[in-house]
Amino acid sequence: MGVGSFFTSKLDEAIGWARKYSIFQYPFVTACCGMEYMATACSHYDVDRFGAGLPRFSPRQADVLFVVGTISHKMAPVLKRVYDQMTEPKWVVAFGVCTCTGGFYDNYATVQGIDTIIPVDVYIPGCPPRPESVIDGLMKLQDKIAAQTQRF
Amino acid sequence: MDGARILELVQARFGRAVVETHARHGDHTAVVDRAALPEVLRHCRDEPGLAFDVLMDLTAVDYLKYPGREDGPRFEVVYHLYSIAENHRLRLKVRVDEDDAVVPTAVGLWPIANWLEREVWDMFGVRFDGHPDLRRLLMYEEFSGHPLRKDYPVSRRQPLIGPRI
Repeated sequence: MGVGSFFTSKLDEAIGWARKYSIFQYPFVTACCGMEYMATACSHYDVDRFGAGLPRFSPRQADVLFVVGTISHKMAPVLKRVYDQMTEPKWVVAFGVCTCTGGFYDNYATVQGIDTIIPVDVYIPGCPPRPESVIDGLMKLQDKIAAQTQRF
Repeated sequence: MDGARILELVQARFGRAVVETHARHGDHTAVVDRAALPEVLRHCRDEPGLAFDVLMDLTAVDYLKYPGREDGPRFEVVYHLYSIAENHRLRLKVRVDEDDAVVPTAVGLWPIANWLEREVWDMFGVRFDGHPDLRRLLMYEEFSGHPLRKDYPVSRRQPLIGPRI
């Protein structure tokens, strides 16, 4: 039995377990989805149960970028800048149809999906998504965080 | 003052420069010649009985695909005037063609016209002669075209703009 490989895989799991329960989010809230985000964050649905209870309003201290709401072409460089400022490891959640695909804002002003600007880990569709969908998306993100190869 | 009376006064003062007038749903409108527009606007603002001290809105309409108007001048620039003292309103329109889409500015009369005219330039591509700073207002500099023109394709995609350093 190779000691090194055994040790590494277990350490990976331990770090994954720690990381998935300490999600510090950066809520990039631009539109009506923000209300649903707040509903999810508050006591009734309580994302604190998933270790995501502390939004950080500085990208330097955040792990997960929650893009909540329509992103216009003018806002796109700002979003890109915020994503670049976040430190590794980092994940991105597209919250609502506008961030996933542009939604019904199929027009001259709206970015047709934020994955044209930054990589996205989890898409939560809905206009706006119910808090249950958000929690579902969050749990999928947790699974993804726990399962990935951890870099540190 | 009654809207019909306002139209009478404007017509009496400017004669043939007033191309057409109409009133619909209590809104009185005068279509004026572009060359006479600055004079008409100034008269509306400064004449004691009229006293239109507020430019409520300045916008434009693209009649490219409007039934019955396909051949006429493409754009109509619309001025909505209001008088606080007299509590009356007037709508003025000026028609311009696509290849000569230039209208004299109203910034000297109402400073609010500055941003309103920038918006019309941004959205319709109608230029305002004499405007101090005719840049896009809502869209960004790299945007090409004027999105509220009827021939702007709905599904047209603009290139993404990078971060500004």
